[in-house]
Amino acid sequence: MKKLLLATAATALVAGAAQAEDVKLGVLLGFTGPLESMSPSMAAGAEMAMKEVTDSGKFMGGSAVVPVRGDTTCIDAAAATATAERLITADGVKGIVGGMCSGETTASLQNVAMPNGIVMISPSATSPALSTIEDNGLFFRTSPSDARQGVVMTEIIMEHGIKEVAVTYTNNDYGKGLADSFQAAFEAAGGKVTINAAHDDGKADYAAEVGALASAGGQALVIAGYVDQGGSGILRGALDSGAFETFVFPDGMVGGALETNFGAELTGSFGQIPSSEGEGKDKFLELATAAGFDGTGVYSAEAYDAAALIMLAMASAGSTDAAAYKEKIMDVANAPGEPILPGELGKALELIAAGTDVDYVGATSVELIGSGESAGTFREIEFKDGKIETVRYR
Amino acid sequence: MDILNALVALLNFVVIPATAYGAQLALGALGVTLIYGILRFSNFAHGDTMAFGTAMTILVTWALQAAGITLGPLPTALLALPFAIALTAGLVLATDRVVYDYYRRVRAAPVILVMVSVGVMFVMNGLTRFVIGVDEINFADGARFVISARGFREATGLAEPLTLRSSQLITLITAALVVWALFWFLGRTRTGKSMRAFSDNEDLALLSGINPNRVVAVTWIIAAALATTAGTLYGLDKSFKAFNYFQLLLPIFAAAVVGGLGSPVGAIAGGFVIAFSEVGVTYAWKKVAGYLIPAWQPEGLLQLLSTEYKFAVSFAILIIVLLFKPTGLFKGKAV
Repeated sequence: MKKLLLATAATALVAGAAQAEDVKLGVLLGFTGPLESMSPSMAAGAEMAMKEVTDSGKFMGGSAVVPVRGDTTCIDAAAATATAERLITADGVKGIVGGMCSGETTASLQNVAMPNGIVMISPSATSPALSTIEDNGLFFRTSPSDARQGVVMTEIIMEHGIKEVAVTYTNNDYGKGLADSFQAAFEAAGGKVTINAAHDDGKADYAAEVGALASAGGQALVIAGYVDQGGSGILRGALDSGAFETFVFPDGMVGGALETNFGAELTGSFGQIPSSEGEGKDKFLELATAAGFDGTGVYSAEAYDAAALIMLAMASAGSTDAAAYKEKIMDVANAPGEPILPGELGKALELIAAGTDVDYVGATSVELIGSGESAGTFREIEFKDGKIETVRYR
Repeated sequence: MDILNALVALLNFVVIPATAYGAQLALGALGVTLIYGILRFSNFAHGDTMAFGTAMTILVTWALQAAGITLGPLPTALLALPFAIALTAGLVLATDRVVYDYYRRVRAAPVILVMVSVGVMFVMNGLTRFVIGVDEINFADGARFVISARGFREATGLAEPLTLRSSQLITLITAALVVWALFWFLGRTRTGKSMRAFSDNEDLALLSGINPNRVVAVTWIIAAALATTAGTLYGLDKSFKAFNYFQLLLPIFAAAVVGGLGSPVGAIAGGFVIAFSEVGVTYAWKKVAGYLIPAWQPEGLLQLLSTEYKFAVSFAILIIVLLFKPTGLFKGKAV
């Protein structure tokens, strides 16, 4: 036993000595749990940015950036907190890309990141509550808040000439946050929400929910749920009973399953998802294909941007200490400066070294507003002949 | 016209869905109550037996469809049902031989058998997912509607739609047939009578020469048939997802206990009581009231309880029944 300990200690020493120059970044995502299918392409996005910076050889005098993965499980705040604790105290990461889901992110931010003074940039936590949370300037996100989605959804619905809607949401932080922010935005714009009712996922029967929604009435039904959970159950019931004919789908409902399971029945329904287009996105997709993963994966581009922002801010501050570089994140993310696209991180590091301002555009046209969250572009979609079609970006 | 509209709205959103759901619960509760009455324990694996049975139905349905055999306007699953019942019966009989048989021989207390059934539940849980996966599967084919919303509006000119899905009609007819067959079997046949005797007084039944192994085997086969039928009907009406069948276990037990554990009539009544209270108590009466009293257009929804509380409703009924009538509505065995 003693020998083993000695050997381990020796190995650790040797390894530590060899990598003294390395900067470690945490990749804190839900590798297991309800969103486990999304996390691999997100992690791949973040790690691609780190590899790009390492390969350029221009980061902090030629340091390598090493990713350290940690599992949040998405739903278990205690597990997420423990993982974040390990990343920071045992692995010694200097910044974290994550967490993934809103509840778990709040927990690891308040319990671990803030006491230890470590920056967290989440690619995918969208709860409006995270906009106003006390974060000591340590928390940022490259995805838009659902408060923003509520406003965008209101605009789209109003443009369809609809003034009265019923709302049902999945009974969790995401659903409730989105439904409430939408109701506030819609009523401020002069619309009327006839009912704002929760549904629970994975239940046996949704007749009661559909009955209540139908009785409240409205020109359309907004379903703030998940397409592979209760959202589809409500949709099926509402369609079959003839309660509603037009549906509005926020991000959790827009998926391939809608086309295969409902198809032509949804003609005329519409929705929106956070998504971006343009030169940055195209470049990112190219890089991702070259790196051997699917860049179109949800929030994969956002993860790339989150990692890139941390590293550029470090370079700009000339330090890997969060207390120093947290001030620089807004600077490198926003104008003025030389615009930086994916694949140009090496160039950005050169510019920063030369003292030139950079404006990181990245894969998702990053523009941080408020307390440090993405303004966000949304893709408006509509059902035509049973297929999801993109109307435009807004 | 307005009274008709009110009636149609009520039919469409309360009566028809609750009746179909009630029939599905009743079939499930019948299986639970039968096991409780004759084998004397609460079978927690029943929900997953339903899931396994439905998975078998789906596999046979796919095979039939691949062979080009369908039932025309009826779902092919009905044709696959007998095969699925046979397969499921095989599984529960094997489970009984491997697991329950031992605990019966050592005359284990009922609570131990309940715990054993929880273990069986987890095994079946995994088995079902292993066989068919965790994803949602839609296996209904044939005509979807008997009365469709648009067709009804055009035919009658009423503002309110009425829909009757073929799966709902099939559920009701099949449930009625199954219940009739079960009561006939229990009341008229020699085996059925011996099962009732065994249930009423085990020792006396054994003394009068009833073969206990035969009673146990027949009970499991009937329970498997009920579970598979209930699961398939539920899956046709909604869709198949292994996890949902596990969730179904709670309302099924509530139905069986409300009706009186061990009483077949009680199981049926309990199923409908639970279904109607879940849908009815949380229904928003605004629309119906608006039609009935045109002068009064209420601002609120006239909803007694919000839909989040629908499970609370069935459990409140359960507690009230247990407090005032511990043996259930139809005099089952005391729990």
